Amino acid sequence: MKTVSAETEKQRWEREQLEPALKKSPERRVPFTTISGRAIDRLYTEEDLPGFDYARDLNNPGEFPYTRGIHPTGYRGKLWTMRQFAGFGTPEETNERYKTLLKAGGTGLSVAFDLPTLMGRDPDHELSLGEVGKCGVSIMSLADMERLFDGIDLGGITTSMTINSPAPMIFAMYLVVAEKQGADWKTLSGTIQNDILKEFIAQKEYIFPPRESMRLITDIFGFCTTEVPKWNTISVSGYHIREAGSTSLQELAFTLRDGIEYVQYGVDAGLDVDSFAPQISFFFNSHSDFFEEIAKYRAARKIWADVMRNRFGAKNERSWKLRFHTQTAGVTLTAQQPYNNVVRTALQALAAVLGGTNSLHTNSLDEALALPTAEAATLALRTQQIIAAESGVTNIVDPLGGSYFVERLTLDMERGAREYFEIIDRMGGMVEAIEQGFPQKEIAEASYLFQQAVEKRDKIIVGVNDFVQEDEPPHPILYIDDTASDTQLARLKDLKKTRDNDHVRSTLDALRQAARGQENTMYPLLDCVRSYATVGEMCDALREVWGEYEEVPLI
Amino acid sequence: MTRKIRVVIAKPGLDGHDRGAKVIARALRDAGMEVIYTGLRQTPEMIVAAALQEDADAIGLSILSGAHMHICPRVMDLLREKGLDDVLVVIGGIIPDVDIAKLKAAGVKGIFLPGTPMQTIIDFVAANVRTRVEQV
Repeated sequence: MKTVSAETEKQRWEREQLEPALKKSPERRVPFTTISGRAIDRLYTEEDLPGFDYARDLNNPGEFPYTRGIHPTGYRGKLWTMRQFAGFGTPEETNERYKTLLKAGGTGLSVAFDLPTLMGRDPDHELSLGEVGKCGVSIMSLADMERLFDGIDLGGITTSMTINSPAPMIFAMYLVVAEKQGADWKTLSGTIQNDILKEFIAQKEYIFPPRESMRLITDIFGFCTTEVPKWNTISVSGYHIREAGSTSLQELAFTLRDGIEYVQYGVDAGLDVDSFAPQISFFFNSHSDFFEEIAKYRAARKIWADVMRNRFGAKNERSWKLRFHTQTAGVTLTAQQPYNNVVRTALQALAAVLGGTNSLHTNSLDEALALPTAEAATLALRTQQIIAAESGVTNIVDPLGGSYFVERLTLDMERGAREYFEIIDRMGGMVEAIEQGFPQKEIAEASYLFQQAVEKRDKIIVGVNDFVQEDEPPHPILYIDDTASDTQLARLKDLKKTRDNDHVRSTLDALRQAARGQENTMYPLLDCVRSYATVGEMCDALREVWGEYEEVPLI
Repeated sequence: MTRKIRVVIAKPGLDGHDRGAKVIARALRDAGMEVIYTGLRQTPEMIVAAALQEDADAIGLSILSGAHMHICPRVMDLLREKGLDDVLVVIGGIIPDVDIAKLKAAGVKGIFLPGTPMQTIIDFVAANVRTRVEQV
């Protein structure tokens, strides 16, 4: 016998309202999809959330699984940290920019290092040609770190440092500067990015092979639990995965799976999960598809809470709570009509705030052209201040909670991420998946599909493939010449003449020794730093023991 | 003699942001060219050696880091030394306006900034490679 199910309310609406309306005036002939290509229905109702359970799927802010946020008061208590990433030229030039940002109301520092520093090369290496001080500040030794934070009280501010392969060396320098200023390591707070997996996956600033790189990270976990307990030891980053061309879902899935890998390696190294997991934080991109991004942040909190409690058996609630920094999507900035970027950035920043970000960087309007001018960097900070002070969105916790559409998207993001987890778990973990090129291939495919959609004008980018303006006037930019490079090269020569080179050699020998054995590398690194060994020398010592990673280029 | 256009796509310097290099490599390949992607962290010497070994008709450099004024003139000098002056050199990336004339004077034929359609680059390479190569 055939049972005829009764028409649902949504079906009734479709029959009575939608069909006649479509006959009269059809919808626009454009793909109704998110920027990641996910099809979006025209209307979401309670019928799109069958079996939805408030306590299980959402719960209240501050309660497991934290979908609605980790703080019961949202931004009514404390606003997000307005943390603007900056660095260029010599340490002195960057120090001056930091003082400007702090004076303008910035509430945290964020250091951008130049490519030689990021790659563990001194300025006199052949691959450093033309790169010194260009994309960030050049830091060769402790002397530069002292110049960078001159007049800034490290005990009274939090600093985020975007450094990965040489994270232990740069972190050691920061600790020694803090020590010299009289700050107590026990109360010192800040973040090192220290996320090598996304370097293999996306940004490609790796030095050592994956397993040796993971050992440096677990060394930092272990060191910090006793020495610098408030420090955020890793910022597991989706930002670069997204910038490399992934979809929103891939960003979510690969980032959280990277997080799982770090926790697993920490546990395998003999650490108690609750001794280090609370200091793990995350870093996401905020791209242009407003609701898809908001759903991503909400899903991230929910998945992480479950993973930590149920996969790792963490008991401390702080281990369950996912805290994250957000940066608006650099890749969406256009060189054409640069003022349009202010609007893009404001919308992306708003999505991050509605998703409950704990910290935020807003890009400057001129960053598709060069590093930002001081004026552009100030306007980017003002964008955050306007959202915080004027828009009213900070009055309420998780204002979109309960939206049929946002909740559906959040559940779908969660499901999609778990499907990726299964694939990666079957490969043996993220290190193995990377060795097989899996996330790299997924991202390359997604980025090519996106570029083709732009070429076909299925995706419109204002000022690039529509609303194009001919003969735009040139935009004023920050031009970084070779002065910083000349200064740093001269300083390097001088440093090698004036320091105790025998002492440097012995500290580097001790580092090699630790790398060959099981000793925590942070302690010998602190000695290297105190002897004014350079970033290049410390990384070279480890290169000698561990070798360098080379990827197989895929197109 | 006719054959497919051969293009070496290279990422010089220390930067690892390879999204643009990979997308353009794939687009040129899909347009019927032979593409050799060098991978990351290539010195000018390595790039010119690859061009020589691969009998390249064109070299595409992807540079976002600001090192172009050091890398490009060096590549051009080395090409001349090896007698490869007829190899078309184009670059893509973040290049300030003030550097464009200097790069062209050094012999870089095409400079493509963010937002350039892939087809524009494909057409430019096809139209400007040495004439003994069959046009795709």
